[in-house]
Amino acid sequence: MSTVAEKRGFLAVLWDYLTTVDHKKIAILYLVSGGFFFLVGGIEAMLIRIQLAVPDNDFVSAGFYNELLTMHGTTMIFLAAMPLLFAFMNAVVPLQIGARDVAFPFLNSLGFWLFFFGGIFLNLSWFLGGAPDAGWTSYASLSIASDGHGIDFYVLGLQISGAGTLIAGINFLVTIINMRAPGMTYMRMPLFTWSTFVASALILFAFPPLTVGLFLMLFDRMFGANFFDVTMGGNTIIWEHLFWIFGHPEVYILILPAFGIFSDIISTFSKKRLFGYAAMVFATVLIGFLGFMVWAHHMFTTGLGPTANAIFAVATMAIAVPTGVKIFNWLLTMWGGSIRFTTPMLYAVAFIPSFVAGGVTGVMLASAPADYQYHDSYFVVAHFHYVIIGGVVLGLLAGTHFYWPKMFGTMLNETLGKITFWLFLIGFHGTFFIQHFLGLMGMPRRIWKYLPNQGLDLFNMISTVGAFFMAVAVIVLLANVIITQVKNVRVGNDPWGDGRTLEWAISSPPPYYNFKQLPLVRGLDPLWIEKMEGRTEMTPAEPLGDIHMPNSSFIPFVMSLGLFIAAFGAMYQIDWRASDGADYVWSLPVLIIGMGITIGSMAVRSLKDDHGYHIHKEELMDDHDKGGRE
Amino acid sequence: MAHETTSANPKVNYEYRRRKARDEMRGQVTSFAMMIFMTFIAFIIVLADFDKFYAFPILLVLAAAQVVLQLYYFMHMSHKGHGTAALFLYSGALIAFVTILTFLTIVWW
Ligand code: HEM
Ligand SMILES: [Cu+2]
Repeated sequence: MSTVAEKRGFLAVLWDYLTTVDHKKIAILYLVSGGFFFLVGGIEAMLIRIQLAVPDNDFVSAGFYNELLTMHGTTMIFLAAMPLLFAFMNAVVPLQIGARDVAFPFLNSLGFWLFFFGGIFLNLSWFLGGAPDAGWTSYASLSIASDGHGIDFYVLGLQISGAGTLIAGINFLVTIINMRAPGMTYMRMPLFTWSTFVASALILFAFPPLTVGLFLMLFDRMFGANFFDVTMGGNTIIWEHLFWIFGHPEVYILILPAFGIFSDIISTFSKKRLFGYAAMVFATVLIGFLGFMVWAHHMFTTGLGPTANAIFAVATMAIAVPTGVKIFNWLLTMWGGSIRFTTPMLYAVAFIPSFVAGGVTGVMLASAPADYQYHDSYFVVAHFHYVIIGGVVLGLLAGTHFYWPKMFGTMLNETLGKITFWLFLIGFHGTFFIQHFLGLMGMPRRIWKYLPNQGLDLFNMISTVGAFFMAVAVIVLLANVIITQVKNVRVGNDPWGDGRTLEWAISSPPPYYNFKQLPLVRGLDPLWIEKMEGRTEMTPAEPLGDIHMPNSSFIPFVMSLGLFIAAFGAMYQIDWRASDGADYVWSLPVLIIGMGITIGSMAVRSLKDDHGYHIHKEELMDDHDKGGRE
Repeated sequence: MAHETTSANPKVNYEYRRRKARDEMRGQVTSFAMMIFMTFIAFIIVLADFDKFYAFPILLVLAAAQVVLQLYYFMHMSHKGHGTAALFLYSGALIAFVTILTFLTIVWW
């Protein structure tokens, strides 16, 4: 079996990706589909900004605006940011800990396809009678009252893709706990692995509340329950609690992996080991833990009363402490280092002040009395875009440039990369810095249009211009990707030259079985240690032997497809019952067929033994990249 | 040789495993008896119409004890190598507990 890519037909490649259980290919699937949804969410954002560019604009209608706004937020959080992070986790974490794959390759693929079908389902709402329009938070009183199927698409789509996320999170937890190479103790794991670990634990604990909330909403909307209906004795605030008990950890699920990417980039391009490694690990865990105790800071103005507000305000501010620890450690890592300003490093350097700005407005928002002024104004919009774009998206862009060679074996063009960076950074601050002032001047959040001559015109125009800068930056990035892949100049193991961690000790992209022999890890930054002792590769921890590999499988795709089909049935049975069985007679059969497909494929998976296969020692020896040692 | 087939690992000492299994069994039977007994007490408390002030805390304590027995004896958490699982279980329980406590004390005071 050869690792050299043979020329294969398009269909063969497609089939390969539809059935793959290889973490490196699943990473590419996440990258491509997350990237696609990022573009969709970006187009929605541009339409929003065009509508708000001038006062009293009629570019889009009010109802369509609400749909754009809702789908922008939902898409960006659930379908773009998280999957893109999963792309890097899949591509890098198993390599960083020296594993052959994730713990459950089959589940890895299932997690991806659930996310994918959930996302497609949600976005089909655009073509099937209107998208959800109650904001990405979908507060119950608004969403129960929303006509049409928009909110049903939201509930069912997120339920399906949320199951995928939960599966992916659990898979990473087990992988990191059980699959570390010999010598890779917890306190030798790279920061990206650590932050993936903590983020996965947050997924494990935070997604169930969302699932519960969505189920209650599903019953309210589809089966006539009244959990959130005040007139029937329900309680609409409970949705807010459930949503934010999930929602605040969610923002840390997004930011922690980005922190991890930046930690690795900063130490690589400062040619220094990360300053305060233990403190960094501790801060990451502490942030994860505290993240669960602050959800009500999103509900200060709901009327929880002064006691609750005060306690949640203090708890929220406490998170700024471990965050500050991390900021100082990054600065001190750079301090005295021999810094190379590559594209990823530029992103990392720009991230620090941008994120600090977002953290500062966060603490301002956390002061409950002041939040009565800021709440639901553009100030909040500015805050979360500073943390999400200035933190997460910069991290994703940095990771794209940094890990591209490891994922694809080619190097993105540095000049174009730097052009992307500057355009994006200028555009980002141009768009959002000024929104702080719009908020303070009283511009409410989630409005469709505003009146002229109230002092809002100029700033909104500037904000829209900034958004165009970001759009151009993304187009340059896409061009960069295409040019790079067409030129197809292959690179070696460690294309940045300063790689410190295990992923740079293996070819780019790695062979499908990863390390031929598991590497022996002798400390933090294992590759760097070997380099310092004059070696160029890792010392193996085991003799060359057979490698056990999982078989590819089409079942995850079918399982997810079944739920996708069932979701349509579940949704249209509302109309079927409303029409007293006259219309939509197909809905119930579709629901049953869909569930049948899913349960049937689960049965096949459980009843049919699949032991995988072995790559034999002899084949590994012939393999022409670096010969294995006995 | 025949004994070895009971174990996936051919090197295990059969006598040792037998002793282990017997100890294990004793623990499980004991805790099973205790759990039946506790369930019995719980029923008695409810049937005998105890004052709610006493009945609730006692029932909760009995329930907690049963969970612990279940986890440690029947789900083998007392065995080696369950440290990480225990850590996650307890952090999850702690987070859930604090969340509920928050609701009962400051949110719906
Ligand atoms: C120092 C750390 C932080 C503090 C103190 C903080 C505080 C707050 C507060 C109090 C609000 C509610 C404002 C309101 O609605 O009136 C808020 C909103 C928000 N924050 Fe943060 N935050 C912090 C970090 C982050 C991070 C790291 C992220 C994401 C990566 C984030 C994402 C958000 C989002 C998305 C919202 C708006 C939610 C919505 O209503 O749609 N925050 N933050
Ligand atoms: Cu929050």
